[in-house]
Amino acid sequence: MQSTSATTSSDALSRHLEALGARRRRALVVYITAGHPSPDATIALMRALEQAGADVIEVGVPFSDPMADGPVIQASSQRGLDHGVSFDRALDLIATAAVSVPIVLFSYLNPVLAAGEDALRRAAAAGVHGILITDLPVGSDRVRERWLGTGPLAFVRLVAPTTPTERMREIAAHGSGFVYLISRLGVTGAREDVASELPDVIARLRTATALPVCVGFGISTPEQAQIVGRMADGIVVGSAIVRAAGTSIDAAAELTRTLRDALDSA
Amino acid sequence: MNWTEAELDERFGPFGGRYVPETLIPALDALTVAYAEAVADAAFCEELESLARHYVGRPSALTFAPRFSERIGASVWLKREDLNHTGAHKINNALGQALLAVRMGKRRIIAETGAGQHGVATATVCARFGLECVVYMGEEDMRRQALNVYRMRLMGATVVPVTTGTRTLKDATTEAIRDWVTNVEGSHYIIGSVVGPAPYPRMVRDFQSVVGAEARAQLLAATNRLPTTVVACVGGGSNAMGIFAGFVDDSGVELVGVEAAGEGLETGNHSASLSMGTPGVLHGALSYLLQDANGQVHPAHSISAGLDYPGVGPEHAYLKDIGRARYEAVTDREALDGFALLARMEGIVPALETAHAVAWIDRERSRWSSHDLVLLCVSGRGDKDVAQVSDLGAVST
Ligand SMILES: Cc1ncc(COP(=O)(O)O)c(C=O)c1O
Repeated sequence: MQSTSATTSSDALSRHLEALGARRRRALVVYITAGHPSPDATIALMRALEQAGADVIEVGVPFSDPMADGPVIQASSQRGLDHGVSFDRALDLIATAAVSVPIVLFSYLNPVLAAGEDALRRAAAAGVHGILITDLPVGSDRVRERWLGTGPLAFVRLVAPTTPTERMREIAAHGSGFVYLISRLGVTGAREDVASELPDVIARLRTATALPVCVGFGISTPEQAQIVGRMADGIVVGSAIVRAAGTSIDAAAELTRTLRDALDSA
Repeated sequence: MNWTEAELDERFGPFGGRYVPETLIPALDALTVAYAEAVADAAFCEELESLARHYVGRPSALTFAPRFSERIGASVWLKREDLNHTGAHKINNALGQALLAVRMGKRRIIAETGAGQHGVATATVCARFGLECVVYMGEEDMRRQALNVYRMRLMGATVVPVTTGTRTLKDATTEAIRDWVTNVEGSHYIIGSVVGPAPYPRMVRDFQSVVGAEARAQLLAATNRLPTTVVACVGGGSNAMGIFAGFVDDSGVELVGVEAAGEGLETGNHSASLSMGTPGVLHGALSYLLQDANGQVHPAHSISAGLDYPGVGPEHAYLKDIGRARYEAVTDREALDGFALLARMEGIVPALETAHAVAWIDRERSRWSSHDLVLLCVSGRGDKDVAQVSDLGAVST
């Protein structure tokens, strides 16, 4: 299995993040949903967000039943489906955008399984570096976890505030790229505050892994970006970017620039 | 595929599992342990049994259906879950899980509901134990089952309309899971069928297995025979698993689950996951699923809100694949005829869900012989459906 040790990070995604860390740059990971508000806009968005200072772009492959997502990302997912965006159509958009920052696919297991055995190789060919599956926790399905963990993509795993330290170790050992720390209980969605238990959770996670740690769920403001940026290697901003993208590409780029500035002064 | 013992415990063959957000894993681990400890605790079992007897009214009757029997040319016996307090089998599971929640110190209960029967059963036990109760229900189902919405609210539950997606059971379940992910520390999610992540499918089946255990003993006492065929409707599959559980080891007993064919299997507007679906992951489990080639879940359709679900419990998927049970499908129209049939011939108004199983037995008239003994699970009573059927003008009176 590739990159299963907590101390070696040999994949391109973690190397990219570590290189940022070496320059003391906190990673700004932005999330968009493929096909929201339209397929063409998705291509333009990827390019604009890269220009505006995003270090990694997560691209959501729409799913009909996104149980880990709040209303904003749910609605964007539905929009993507209305535009007929499937796994392979999302790959087309990514290949066309041809940005130079790493791309991480973000989805649920079912649409990825439906894309077939060859799906990960096709994703890599389209320029995708990593994949994150919200409903495939460590130990839930060794067969499919092995498929994802030994393929051409970094397999980004999630840690929750409820995760015991021992399990954090197991999760990190079965992941690569970075560890995605969910900042709070609940689904995706913009919030104003930072969960009070976050420093403790990050401290526990640091003892469990040497992989870069990016924190997401609920981060939307420059203030939050600064606070979290002081503790983590990177932040993930989803719903706030998706909401801005629903207004205009410029609005999403502007928010990205604001978050970039906040992180850089953290 | 080589599964470890822990994985096998979460699965039925390849089906089942725990495909959920990481946040829920510790809660599922805790639930698994709490459930195992509870069923090993005599005091817990005694309390559950006592409440089943004095509050729910168990054991439910086993009733011979003389006129229906004559019509089809075989003996039909009815397992009367319609006579339970709240009018359906759903209370067996809701009661067991509420007791478990109290034991775990969780005072806030979340549930999803389709027909409203599980929501009513959950609201009922929450009132009984003084627990806070939040029920997610699709807007479309709230319209179809207005009576049950009122009953839940009367008993102090908060009914939250779900306006996303199909506005039925599928989206209510998704919304209930979102609530649980958000409030997992003080809340217990009482899932209403043998679906969802492990340990739910097994635990719900166990709480419903009282149906099969009673029916087996009652039928043996009455006829000195085992049934030839056991028939139950299948939405998520809990009443069917409950009654099948009593007979699954009796290899000579045929097990038949009846799904909703809606407007017809050929139209695509149905809820027949086992008959027409393919393996996929929804709401935490791998099972048969109505989905398109891209892995998007296909909206289900049934006249009956309790069957209107694109997935099905993983144990049914397994029983189908190993050939132990067979699954048939009955259309909306046939179900309406079944609804009227049991009312006219036996003076029992079944739930529209149950009416699917009635209709299948009737449709198969040519296969029965006088020696056959058919056991039908009357999963619920039809009071909740009377207004809807009457509005449709679908049954002549
Ligand atoms: C009376 C009745 N029967 C059957 C069902 C279907 O559920 P299951 O397949 O889990 O028994 C329902 C669901 O609401 C119901 O109310």
